Amino acid sequence: MNLDFLTQAGLRLPANVSAQHVVVDATQWSHSALRMRDLGARLLTVWGADDRDRDGRFRIFAAFLLPDQVLLLEHAPSGGALGYPSLTRWFPVADRLQRAVYDLLGMEADMGDTRPWLRHGGWPEHFFPLRRDADATGPHPLDSRPYPFVTVSGDGVHEIAVGPVHAGTIEPGHFRFSVVGEKVLRLETRFGYAHKGIAKRFEGRRLLDGHHLAARISGDSTVAYAWAYCAALEAITDASVPARALALRALALERERLANHLGDLGGLGNDAGLAFSLVQFSSLKEEMLRLNEEAFGQRYLFDYVVPGGVVAELDEEVIPALLDEASRLEQRVAGLRTIYENHAGVQDRFRDTGVLSTTLATARGAVGLVGRASGVAQDLRVDMPWPPYDRLKTRMVLAADGDVAARVQLRFDEITESLRLCRSLLDTLPPGACLVALPAATPNQLGMGLIEGWRGPVMMALESTADERIRRCHAHDPSWQNWPLIDYAMIGNIVPDFPLINKSFNLAYSGIDG
Amino acid sequence: MFDILNTIRRTGLLDKGSPKSKNTEAPLDKLQRQLQTVFGRALRIRHVDAGSCNGCELEIHALSNPYYNLEGHGIAFVASPRHADVLLVTGPVSVNMEEALKRTHAAMPEPKWVLAVGDCGACGGIFGTSYATRGPVNAVIPVDAVVNGCPPTPLAIMQGLLQLTAKRPA
Repeated sequence: MNLDFLTQAGLRLPANVSAQHVVVDATQWSHSALRMRDLGARLLTVWGADDRDRDGRFRIFAAFLLPDQVLLLEHAPSGGALGYPSLTRWFPVADRLQRAVYDLLGMEADMGDTRPWLRHGGWPEHFFPLRRDADATGPHPLDSRPYPFVTVSGDGVHEIAVGPVHAGTIEPGHFRFSVVGEKVLRLETRFGYAHKGIAKRFEGRRLLDGHHLAARISGDSTVAYAWAYCAALEAITDASVPARALALRALALERERLANHLGDLGGLGNDAGLAFSLVQFSSLKEEMLRLNEEAFGQRYLFDYVVPGGVVAELDEEVIPALLDEASRLEQRVAGLRTIYENHAGVQDRFRDTGVLSTTLATARGAVGLVGRASGVAQDLRVDMPWPPYDRLKTRMVLAADGDVAARVQLRFDEITESLRLCRSLLDTLPPGACLVALPAATPNQLGMGLIEGWRGPVMMALESTADERIRRCHAHDPSWQNWPLIDYAMIGNIVPDFPLINKSFNLAYSGIDG
Repeated sequence: MFDILNTIRRTGLLDKGSPKSKNTEAPLDKLQRQLQTVFGRALRIRHVDAGSCNGCELEIHALSNPYYNLEGHGIAFVASPRHADVLLVTGPVSVNMEEALKRTHAAMPEPKWVLAVGDCGACGGIFGTSYATRGPVNAVIPVDAVVNGCPPTPLAIMQGLLQLTAKRPA
């Protein structure tokens, strides 16, 4: 991509992928964003930092996904000012990201929605936890006010409010449907219920301890987050991670993808009325978790990826069991796929339900699994393969229709591809150590880790202090991009199809609430 | 249809298999028998995620798979707190969920139990207490028993349910 619109050359940003870091003024900030929109880049994330202790300024960062690299824009309004040009003009996804920046730091975009996003009245209006002088320990009295949802009016229109406590075992979020009869005219989502102050919690922790917290940003993506954190840390320490450790991390990441896809496929069949599928897929998932326990010492791989490698060596004796499992899974999943495809009732519920068109997905910057099911060809494992994916030659899986059926098909195809990657990793497992000690981090250095988790790109931006601690750490979940799209996918569908459509997206709550 | 029946036949019954674990957990079939004896196939659970990272939810989901087969032993998850005997709470309670958790608890009929699941629910976990979190579940509503673990295994959660009987509601 031609970046000649940048008036100065970018500096290389330490990261596991190719990344540039450019410091810009307000005019350049807007101009670069406009040019990147025209060039088809996608906005990945926005975050802010309080650097008043250094140079009296606040800073705003925006990371863009280009076809083969990441471009990070940094803008520090002069004189400690809090305003910056809003990116919502060109990237609708910036809206909620900027609202979250305001709630945590008080930096204000000059345009867009100003309703609070993360602050539900649990802390005062002019308390900004990410400011260096904020006392983030204390409890504040609850002062909740009604959230002004956008209302739809007309003959027979009424609202259905769902959440934050749902009927099943799922995470907290609120869904406000405006309906006529059972047809949905509008869906508006509200999140932030699981906000745990993670960004503030990172500050001051030792760099070598941060992965424990990163692993708990979204439990179902624990490997992706821990890897993204460790990749950022390893970039700013300029560490060389052994090839064996990288291969084992990739194995863990693919197993995480497989376990989640198996769970989702079972849930999707069940939501379409085929309870048989939940029984089948949930037992396949359980068998996989049990093998995880044998091979990695735990069912879910929390804290398996650590700075410098992975926490435990893979026992040679368990490799045949992992290979056997891959063959068995492939066969069992293929059988179940045939059943799904031949089942008229299931197909009737899946097809043309919750459609996200390619045009809309492209325009609104869909990423990851949801994007690929709507024909958006983006997969970091293919586009900017970081080690060991650079030697694995991952095949991109795509679907065009953007309906529930497409998201189901994508999961089936990704299972096949992930199993191929697992086999390839096990067959070519490099010898050597699986953990090394990290050198000291460069003081006051920003680094980035970017990993294609099972939902899509997971990013961690990490800045060190002078004494091996975390100055600022920002986590980004791909669900920030994809949640607003569910509102579109629901339009014209019926209320009873919402659980099915929601499950087919299966987006993170804790992951975006932070 | 033939494919479905054939798959069911080939799968068989799975709930007798304990995981090969290095931990000293009670065997699965013993736990299942105890749960049946103690609760007489009549326990209803309502789950609330009060701010968890969703790791605990994954293991709560696993309780319903054919291996642990909780529902087959008379313990079911229900959609409304008004139908529940046990409130199963995960997560450090976020300030944004405090009100919803209190209301859910208040909506349950007496007698009722509260089981806090996971390190966060038990003691606040890695998130602790801050401007955004109230910490452990018992900082917000009374708790009868806790299950430690990050996340706790399905077997540990089953054992946690048995602990509830140690403290019977008045």
